[in-house]
Amino acid sequence: MIRIENLSVNYGAVRALRDVSLEASPGRVTAVLGANGAGKTTLLRTISGLVKPKSGSIVFGEHSLIGLATENIARLGVAHVPEGRGVIGELTVEENLRLGALASKVNISEGLEAQYAQFPALGDRRKKYCATLSGGERQMLAMARALIAQPEVLLLDEPSLGLAPQVTSELMKSILRLCESKNLTVILVEQNAKSALRIAHTAVVLYLGTVVASDDAHKVANDEDLRRYYLGLVQ
Amino acid sequence: MHNVFAGLAQGLLYSLLALSLVIIWQSTHVLNFAQGAMAMFATYVGMTEIEHGVNYWWCVIISVTVGVLFGGLAERVLIRPLYGKPEINAIVVMVGFLGLIEAFVAGIWTGVTRNIPPPFSQIFFQAHGQVILLSPFVIFQFVLAISIMLIAAAIFRFTKLGLQLRASALAPEVARLLGVRVSRMLTIGWMFSAGVGAVAAVIIASGNFGLYPTNMNGIFVAGFIAAVVGGLDSPLGAIAGGLLIGLTEQFILSYWSANFASLGGIIILVLALMIRPQGIFTKNVERRV
Repeated sequence: MIRIENLSVNYGAVRALRDVSLEASPGRVTAVLGANGAGKTTLLRTISGLVKPKSGSIVFGEHSLIGLATENIARLGVAHVPEGRGVIGELTVEENLRLGALASKVNISEGLEAQYAQFPALGDRRKKYCATLSGGERQMLAMARALIAQPEVLLLDEPSLGLAPQVTSELMKSILRLCESKNLTVILVEQNAKSALRIAHTAVVLYLGTVVASDDAHKVANDEDLRRYYLGLVQ
Repeated sequence: MHNVFAGLAQGLLYSLLALSLVIIWQSTHVLNFAQGAMAMFATYVGMTEIEHGVNYWWCVIISVTVGVLFGGLAERVLIRPLYGKPEINAIVVMVGFLGLIEAFVAGIWTGVTRNIPPPFSQIFFQAHGQVILLSPFVIFQFVLAISIMLIAAAIFRFTKLGLQLRASALAPEVARLLGVRVSRMLTIGWMFSAGVGAVAAVIIASGNFGLYPTNMNGIFVAGFIAAVVGGLDSPLGAIAGGLLIGLTEQFILSYWSANFASLGGIIILVLALMIRPQGIFTKNVERRV
């Protein structure tokens, strides 16, 4: 469970997040939606400690995350797949996966086998350099790398970016599957509101750094005004 | 033929220095211009103890230890504040540091060349009345240099530490998100590199070259060229580059004139820039977006 209360983040004079509160529970996907510049990525980066907030609190279980170093937050079980996936091109698939497992107490060989079983395409390409992977393969790798450490929390920043609709659909289904089977707390940031809303339990809509809606996903999906003004879903 | 041995022996020294530069590059993406000077300082601290009767091997251990600690200190104090700033800043700081070290060393120990006798004979072997430019000391150099290289390459390629070091330089933010203690890795990278550089400096100081404040300059230049030519991300490239320069210099020395020997490095550099500027051994991988 991640509980965020009254979080405010400034980049200099720009107020990127203003009094944002949200709650994300285990076994559920919490979607964070909104247009470019709404503050979605800032939110995830603040949870991960890459950005220091001006005020507010972020609590994970019994840990307060504010002020902790990023690597320590990761070690607590908060896995963050950043914008663009962060796959390290100069390393092989297997090396990227090993890196994901290093900081955890997971047995590396077992972890690798588990991920290759989950994502056979990665297993086929384990010695390949990641710069040669397609967008969909990179997304798989980024997910596997986050999951190998057996985290409790999964922060996903626009996983559908650059992926074909078919691939996106598959991806969303597997995110839901993993969320439910491993009881993960998933915070899913997406510009592709439609696909995110299909698998989310709760949806939070950000606009220019503030929360304009926070409700059950199907209610947000059916709200005409929200759809038009904040989510770009016209029709 | 004897030219080959001499060229390789000299080349190995360049390779060692090039390797230390590659280690720093691979783990921190900084080019350490003070690498040679730092190593020289470490040898002054360690090797001058020989004059007080300390055993040669202890002196080597002291030098390498001092080198490693000095490397860690330099990273924390000088380089740490520069992360995220333009890369030129680190270069300027290290060039300044280089001058500082040389002046400091000359101030304390004076600029007089000291001879540190090595524990192995430097008398060249003879075969059929012909002098082969190979001596027990040269063999020692080979063995030492090659072992260090193999160890360094193995650490980077096969160990958890090596993977973390590489990731910390390639993608520090991503590495942090995966739980890697990136700042610790950066310090370790510098310490590792300084240790390798110190070994090269110990070899230089022993034997013919002697110990004087600027003895590492020529080695540094050649090592730098070797690292760049070999591809900054390839330890193998650093070694190959160093050997190539050493051989070229030796042949120039032998067939032309000793005065032009140092051109060897420049020639290799120009050739490399013309033929394969990204480095001979670079894996030609696109940086991830």
